[in-house]
Amino acid sequence: MSHVVALPVLIPLLAGSISLIFWRSHSAQRWIGVIANAALLVASLWLLRETWVHGHLVMHMGNWPAPFGIVLVSDLLAAIMIVLTGITGLATALFSLSSIPREQERFGYYPLLHLLLAGVAGAFLTGDIFNLYVWFEVMLVASFALLILGGERAQMEGAIKYVTLNLLSSALFLTAIGLLYGVAGTLNMADLAVKLAEVPPEQSGLLTVIAMLFMIAFGIKAAAFPLFFWLPASYHTPQVAVSALFAGLLTKVGVYSLFRFFTLIFDQDVAFTHEILLWMAVLTMLSGVLGAAAQYEFRRILSFHSISQIGYMILGLALFTPLALVGGIIYIVHHSIVKASLFQISGLVYRLRGTYELKGLGGLFRSHPWLSILFLIAALSLAGMPPLSGFMAKFIIVRAGLEAGAWVAVFFALLVGLLTLYSMLKIWNEVFWKAGPETQHEVPTRGQSPRLTYYYLPIALFAVMTILLGVAIQPIYEIAERSASQLLDTRGYIEAVLGVQP
Amino acid sequence: MRMHSLILRTAGHFLLPLLILFSLWLLLRGHNEPGGGFIGGLVAAAAIALYLFTMDLQAARKALWVDPRNLIGIGLTLAVLSAIPGAVLHGQPFFTSQWWPMTLPLLGEVKLSTPLIFDIGVYLVVIGSVLTIVLFLAEAEE
Amino acid sequence: MEFLMASLVGILFASALYMMLRRSIVKLVIGLVLLSNAANLLIFTASGLGSGQPPLIPPGADVPVGAVSDPLAQALILTAIVIGFGVLAFAVVLIHRAYEVVGADDMDQMKDTDT
Repeated sequence: MSHVVALPVLIPLLAGSISLIFWRSHSAQRWIGVIANAALLVASLWLLRETWVHGHLVMHMGNWPAPFGIVLVSDLLAAIMIVLTGITGLATALFSLSSIPREQERFGYYPLLHLLLAGVAGAFLTGDIFNLYVWFEVMLVASFALLILGGERAQMEGAIKYVTLNLLSSALFLTAIGLLYGVAGTLNMADLAVKLAEVPPEQSGLLTVIAMLFMIAFGIKAAAFPLFFWLPASYHTPQVAVSALFAGLLTKVGVYSLFRFFTLIFDQDVAFTHEILLWMAVLTMLSGVLGAAAQYEFRRILSFHSISQIGYMILGLALFTPLALVGGIIYIVHHSIVKASLFQISGLVYRLRGTYELKGLGGLFRSHPWLSILFLIAALSLAGMPPLSGFMAKFIIVRAGLEAGAWVAVFFALLVGLLTLYSMLKIWNEVFWKAGPETQHEVPTRGQSPRLTYYYLPIALFAVMTILLGVAIQPIYEIAERSASQLLDTRGYIEAVLGVQP
Repeated sequence: MRMHSLILRTAGHFLLPLLILFSLWLLLRGHNEPGGGFIGGLVAAAAIALYLFTMDLQAARKALWVDPRNLIGIGLTLAVLSAIPGAVLHGQPFFTSQWWPMTLPLLGEVKLSTPLIFDIGVYLVVIGSVLTIVLFLAEAEE
Repeated sequence: MEFLMASLVGILFASALYMMLRRSIVKLVIGLVLLSNAANLLIFTASGLGSGQPPLIPPGADVPVGAVSDPLAQALILTAIVIGFGVLAFAVVLIHRAYEVVGADDMDQMKDTDT
């Protein structure tokens, strides 16, 4: 047993509570934020290494044996997600150093940030569905509060939609847990996988109903078609560091849960459930990218693209072949990095020009060529241009789709890639290439640090990562490949949690 | 939030110590019997809120002598720290209960334990968060 | 009894969704309260109904005597209620703020973020 499994949850929790104690001292909170997130990143890399060596890491919390107590389980998928949490967390902490206005730090920005990361890490690591619900709620409360930090009208309106839809999703999640408990009498994921395999065929209809309830609940969290509309209503309203964190990490929790549930627990009726997932994925891709085409505000375009990219990840799960799962996992990694980076760039542009409206922007290529190049790297990666990470991710998914004979899905995946390129070129033309507008917006720098170093640092690091992911994909591919085989062959997971089955 | 009621003010003054004692009793018996940090914290927070109803906002903040947000921080830290002794001392998983029975003068046999620390943490977090929300709503009223 | 409880859960869900679809934000909050109650009641029902079988272990014994009701479901509901309390307290604060900023108790006034 290794203690490293619990560290990604304990570090942010402890950091959050300590920064609450120091809530008067802003500089202490800032540096606790950076140090704790750096520690989280180190712990997550250590976790990934240990998981790579041992296959599965399990910790029975409070020394209560599974399936009675709560277990934390790390398989490779969870470990990859935890590494993403560490990367995004550190980038957000750095970005916040100069982008969060001082008066908003007073309302507990840093403690909430840590709490959110703890919730996310807990959701990735837990091996118990009710515990997953608890982490979801921790995450939600923290994200609600981060969303309305600042208290502007648009934030309030966005937050009401966000809160309502997410509470609806939580209620459905809870309902599904109740029904599943009624059928199987257990809440431990590994134990459920064993018990549901023994459910008599006359009850399989009920199982499908429960599976669909989970699918809807996680679909709302992941912003998949048809219940995605809370995302574009809210993601463009908060502080841009918060937008970047949400787009990079928060929606991935829904995707991760879909991956976990529809490989480990609900694999009885793949022909039915994964067919629905497939169409959900296609429609999500399409509606997201079409929504983006109609937008002329930097962050709204990015929000709609978040939706369409979620579609690719779900497509990887829906095809349900080893290669497709590899593609889905790599897509999650790629998208976390690129989307967080694009949102941060939009924040820097706002900082320089004072607006997010494409109409009021322009001429940035002349004045800030390096920023333009950083944007171009991230944007082309999102659209799937070689040799960047987006190309590899899309390539693997499309190839898996061709092998599985899902022609329609492949067609739309390629079409959506083209439309994404169109959207990104629209931003490029309007913001960077065309001549600047005659009237300059007033640049609001009230309460912000004058230095731009901490804006550039995470953006540049993200750009390096997306290039590396594209050029040197091999190590990540190997991890993802082994992770996919772990997902498809659930015996390892079950044995690790429950001990060897008779 | 100020209410000018003599009955409420007198009752608040008298009830506060009693209810705090009651909440501590709930907190301490919580391990084996009905009670615990959460419910104890709610009782304490309700008592303090009742007491504060008779004051205006500034007097209320002053009467609290500690900011409720600090209470949340301290409570959460205690709760998280209670995970660690078992892991560090015995290499057990996090949150494994540790018991330190001891005999104290006057009190007799007392069982200190990490679940108790956790419960005290929960108690403080609940008081802190309820009071934060109450004060916030009162501020919004004014 | 199961039928009665199931109908009650259904009615609660239906009225919760109805309230959430109204224009008033206050009714939205009421809808959210009903929704979490419906989910809790559903867990309670799904875990099996019974009466007079408290899950208590008599002094001196190691296992309960006879059939007892499932304590885990009740623990789940308790946790869900506590979480629901926290989230709802937050939602009330949020809606109060939103009411102040928008100046109306009307969802139709909140279209700024929709286009």
